[in-house]
Amino acid sequence: MAQTELNVPRGSAPDDDSILVRVENVVKHFPVKAGGFISHTVGHVHAVDDVSLVIERGKTLGLVGETGSGKSTLARCVAGLIPVTSGRVLFNGTDITKLSRGQMRPLRREVQMIFQDPYSSLNPRRRVGSIISEPFAIHKTATGAERKRQVQELMERVGLNPEHYNRFPAEFSGGQRQRIGVARALALRPKLIICDEPVSALDVSIQAQVLNLLSDLQQEYGLSYLFIAHDLEVVRHVSDKVAVMYLGRIGEAAPAEDLYDKPRHPYTVALLSAAPAADPDTAAARQRVILVGDVPSPIDPPAGCRFHPRCPKAQEVCSKVEPALVPDNARPQSQDDAGQRAAETSQSATAVPGGWAHVTACHFPVVPGESLAAAGAAKGDVA
Amino acid sequence: MTLLEVKDLRVSFPTADGLVQAVRGVSFDVEPGQTLGIVGESGSGKTVLTQTLLGLTPGAEVGGSALFEGTDLLQLTEDQLRHVRGERISVIFQDPLTSLHPLYRIGWQISEMIRAHDKSVSKAEAKTRSIELLRRVGIPKPETRVDDYPHQFSGGMRQRAMIAMALSLEPKLIIADEPTTALDATVQAQILDLLLRLQQDLGTALIMITHDLGVVADIADEVMVMYAGRAAERAPKRDIFYAAHHPYTKGLLESIPSSKASGGRLKPIPGQPPSLINLPSGCKFHPRCGYVFDHCLTEEPVLHPVAETGSHTSACWLPANAAGLSAEAEELRERVVQAERGQEAAEVVAAAFAGLAGAERPGVTGLAGEAGSGAAADNEGSVA
Repeated sequence: MAQTELNVPRGSAPDDDSILVRVENVVKHFPVKAGGFISHTVGHVHAVDDVSLVIERGKTLGLVGETGSGKSTLARCVAGLIPVTSGRVLFNGTDITKLSRGQMRPLRREVQMIFQDPYSSLNPRRRVGSIISEPFAIHKTATGAERKRQVQELMERVGLNPEHYNRFPAEFSGGQRQRIGVARALALRPKLIICDEPVSALDVSIQAQVLNLLSDLQQEYGLSYLFIAHDLEVVRHVSDKVAVMYLGRIGEAAPAEDLYDKPRHPYTVALLSAAPAADPDTAAARQRVILVGDVPSPIDPPAGCRFHPRCPKAQEVCSKVEPALVPDNARPQSQDDAGQRAAETSQSATAVPGGWAHVTACHFPVVPGESLAAAGAAKGDVA
Repeated sequence: MTLLEVKDLRVSFPTADGLVQAVRGVSFDVEPGQTLGIVGESGSGKTVLTQTLLGLTPGAEVGGSALFEGTDLLQLTEDQLRHVRGERISVIFQDPLTSLHPLYRIGWQISEMIRAHDKSVSKAEAKTRSIELLRRVGIPKPETRVDDYPHQFSGGMRQRAMIAMALSLEPKLIIADEPTTALDATVQAQILDLLLRLQQDLGTALIMITHDLGVVADIADEVMVMYAGRAAERAPKRDIFYAAHHPYTKGLLESIPSSKASGGRLKPIPGQPPSLINLPSGCKFHPRCGYVFDHCLTEEPVLHPVAETGSHTSACWLPANAAGLSAEAEELRERVVQAERGQEAAEVVAAAFAGLAGAERPGVTGLAGEAGSGAAADNEGSVA
């Protein structure tokens, strides 16, 4: 197999038993309509473009990226909430993109979501008990007194007072509401919980409480998490593997420590250097890579590498050939054949984001000790 | 000369449920060219505090004084305040989309700001100055972008436009209220970089309000940590991060996930911030505090110096060198933090302290009632 040829340490893809979700070449485009009465499609938002990844059982895959990078769209594709344009999403070996609504229903128990805003994701007119017991009602798994007992058990488990069963969401604080969201997601004992910015709306002191709760629940129930956040330190704290998205594509993925200690993609380096550190010495010592401009429109993404217009290391090939996502040691040594090799390796590359390999989609990855800040300055880019 | 001198500022809002005590006696100074970071969670009063200075809190009951260049802002009439706002003090808000008028061109909005304060400037001149300002804040092709509407700008560019507007009259003080919270990390870095650079060029003082300790670590000189409408701790930046005294400040720093403590469990502050209508007795942080003891329940501490320099002050009954608390005390705190139940924290600690028998309470009993008068410093010997 290609893996052995590439000689990837520790194996590039975990064996099948350990994998809960396998996303294969998923593409999601949204049509852009114009014309009012006789509307016609004038283009597509390339929200997710050819993304593959795996989520291991009982592990957390962190997904980071800026606004518009497609991370939430990808999460909704994985949850089966929106149909994919092409590609496959295998959950426990079953391709959920081909299932009918009826066939999908039992699978919906296995995948749950926790949303960012605990204020808008809970119905303000319904009591907490009824919000948390909704999944039981829909899936007809428990009724009457048994249902109430289970709901109160869940409330206790997530750190809510079970006596508050009859209260409304408005009577709870932000942190408590997020606990309600967690209890609801947990109700049917899912295998995968997709957390879409679960702590972004919470104050720091409360954020730590919810993160600890999520980690306890993972150990107790063997949950897998797909954890989306823009706070890089939060993602580092909770994730086993991390994938970085930019404009609908994965730019780099690796085990968490690897990615944070040895980032290879210039975008990852910039993102890490931009994250505020709550430590004045670190902040002062850090060489901040200030990127130029904003994220381009996903309706008309740049040709070649999508990051090239903002990349301090970009060269001519970057604007022409899209780099493949390949493991470190599969990278072409000479820059001249970069384009050709990238095309070849994209066929043979077997290392998938979420696995053990450190994969990067870049023609000129950053080497340890290299300063991107200097590269940016040399190009004359001033923010 | 001190640029802004706020003394014992109190702001409360009468509501149907009772009096919301948003700010309860806050004092601080800002020197010209200095950056003060105000950190606090939702409801700590950090935004109300600064909005009151500019008369932006209608319906509030306000007490205390706020001397800006020698004039008390709280005594000014609406007309007089209008000349201060924008011209002497300007504000940058969190959400640039709601602070820019969607139906007017960016350039028009900046020109309007200039001409509102100085009628002698012609329209053409104001537009030239707008273009210059946009160039200064890093908007590409300002000659054409000046005629764009806000929706044609990205989030980062809108915030740049807001900064351009805030700078247009070269104010002495800029109040930035969570200016980067709505922005992505890479754009946030651009904006903070820009603010710092402009501040150095123009010598403007800056009050940066944020919930993000990372932003403060980056750009503040001094930091004031607020809790339940009061300053919990105020110190030069390094003291806040490396020698925090107040248990709340310590708790905030410990609850942030960081590379230093990755993998392990986080140490959250147990419980919730208090309701500003029904505040707890004594120190408002005591229900969540790991070091709480009986005195904290009855009397509220005020800021007092906890270091020899005098610039590091903390509103806590703990002795000045609390950083070196006994191992037993630290262990106790650990147990409270693990319990993660705010309501029970006080009982747990009370029981534990009772078991330890007074002797292990480092200097706190002797301190009671004297703190705030420098007693903490006097006590240092006995604690060591």
